[in-house]
Amino acid sequence: MPWFEYDDGKKVEVDEDGFIQNPEEWNKELAIELAKTEGVEEMTEDHWKVANYLRDYYLEFGIAPMIRKLCKQTGFTLKQIYELYPSGPAKGGCKVAGLPKPTGCV
Amino acid sequence: MAKDKIAKPEELADGINYTPPKKDWFDPKVEFVRGRYNYASTPSGLEYLGLPNPRKWQPDQEDWKLPKDWQKIVLKGFKERLAKFRSFKIFMDICVRCGACADKCHFFLGSGDPKNMPVLRAELLRSVYRNDFTAFGRVLGKLAGGRELTVDVLKEWFYYFYQCTECRRCSVFCPYGIDTAEITMMARELLSLIGCTIDWITTPLANCYRTGNHLGIQPHGFKDSIEFALDDLYDLTGLKIEAPINKKGAEILFIVPSADYFANPHYFGFLGYLALFHEIGLDYTFSTYASEGGNFGLFHSHDMAKRLNAKMYAEAKRLKVKWLLGGECGHMWRVVHQYMDTMNGPADFLEEPISPITGTKFENAKSTKMVHICEFTSDLIYHNKIKLDPNRNNHWRVTFHDSCNPARGMGLLEEPRYILRSVCNNFYEMPEDTIREKTFCCGSGAGLGTDENLEMRLRGGFPRANAVKYVHDKHDVNLLTCICAIDKATLPALMDYWVPGVEVGAIHELVGNALVMEGEKRDTDFRGNRFIGPPEAQPKEGKENV
Repeated sequence: MPWFEYDDGKKVEVDEDGFIQNPEEWNKELAIELAKTEGVEEMTEDHWKVANYLRDYYLEFGIAPMIRKLCKQTGFTLKQIYELYPSGPAKGGCKVAGLPKPTGCV
Repeated sequence: MAKDKIAKPEELADGINYTPPKKDWFDPKVEFVRGRYNYASTPSGLEYLGLPNPRKWQPDQEDWKLPKDWQKIVLKGFKERLAKFRSFKIFMDICVRCGACADKCHFFLGSGDPKNMPVLRAELLRSVYRNDFTAFGRVLGKLAGGRELTVDVLKEWFYYFYQCTECRRCSVFCPYGIDTAEITMMARELLSLIGCTIDWITTPLANCYRTGNHLGIQPHGFKDSIEFALDDLYDLTGLKIEAPINKKGAEILFIVPSADYFANPHYFGFLGYLALFHEIGLDYTFSTYASEGGNFGLFHSHDMAKRLNAKMYAEAKRLKVKWLLGGECGHMWRVVHQYMDTMNGPADFLEEPISPITGTKFENAKSTKMVHICEFTSDLIYHNKIKLDPNRNNHWRVTFHDSCNPARGMGLLEEPRYILRSVCNNFYEMPEDTIREKTFCCGSGAGLGTDENLEMRLRGGFPRANAVKYVHDKHDVNLLTCICAIDKATLPALMDYWVPGVEVGAIHELVGNALVMEGEKRDTDFRGNRFIGPPEAQPKEGKENV
């Protein structure tokens, strides 16, 4: 399994798509670097709003929130979330927030 | 990890070449091209499930880290399955290679790869069967069409049996009725004996085993999602609606695919169920453990399908319900309709399903005790038990994709159409060879709906998309409805690629839109689109505002 290196020498284990394998290793510096792999050059306030919501929900429920809930709680439309994270909330958003990739019929 | 580049639609379509390659099909060597295969199972999922040979590996690597005696394990497994599943033995023996199935597979049509002809895909397994399990093959080997099981043959199995969605379209055309999905299932079982499985199947399996659903949603998360949906419905309709969870003694246990309460556009259909049950005052309950209709076990092995399916009857028993109702899920219905009764039944502690609203006895579900939501809703409509305003769906021009398993696995062909004709005014069928029992697969079922497999999915979904394009061009169709969660997850990407401008939705989303509820206050559909009213209220020219 590949490794993701950041900040001159720190590294974390990631899966084939670049999702970190141990969610507890997540931190803000890592999020900023992971975002770059998703075409997000700068983490703006709006990016953080989505990432932080995903992260907080994950810590409480062990999974990402419903997409509709993410939209309603952050006040962004799904379209706006795709503008923030081009590969979408479940892929880009979750990756940056350090969540595992949702699996199944999604 | 940069996204793989995919050719433009015209280039991809023009590049499909149906001329067979020069090399002998006996040559098993395959090249694992990115975009056309799925990642291997991670060790954690296999370990959680207690499955063999957990290790880190990927299909494009030379060394698959197989157990030393892998050949022996696979051949022993082959022998056991020939004895256990009579259909498997028959399917190995009776094919006369007439070729009726050859051009019926969406993966062949979209790739031109002859090993995706169902007949040839089956031959990959059958050649080993001949070599090791028939007298002729043992003596004559290659002359009798036999092939030795080598690492390359194994890799070829992996490549092609994970390029079959077990959709069974080919079986419709087979004069012998060979169920090619069962051949793929057997091949995947054999591969799983030595840990050659894909992660998109085994991680959901592990989640399902742990929490009851593929997504890994725990009970408090389940409750949170349902409560959110109820709040959403309040905002949309002004009605305070309840949805019981784990309610003992409810009449009906309702089981949906977990994506219905997680992903878009599934979710809008989920709102439809909730609104409908509220309106008719149904005495039902959800279960936080039987919180998944889907069963990725079907894509792995018979034993795994059985393990995952067991929770349905177990929860029905614990909650003391009378019968089961199931949501818009695809492969769940193959398991429920064709296997559940003998896998985990008989469910003699349940009652034969009778609709509490209409009194209709669902004779077809007499033995499984499980009714499809489309059967249930179409019966309500037939008996005039709900008030519907189809004008509320006038912003949609609708077609219907028969999801493979409900259509071919349980014969659910009329009910969805009956509902659609009642809840919307603009319904258009795709060409006859692409619907009902001849429906074309979404190209992403049976565990293949991954990002890394996108090129193959777009190829496999090409025939379906082509039929959608026909009604899109001819009738301005802008909504593709379906009754399967994998469809809802994967058809949007297929439409964006091949037929931009067509969205994907659930049948019960349209039911929910059209449903006139007592005391409601609403002027938008579940997606927030304003109702445009009856045709006379619409502008004469131009597309609707969607």
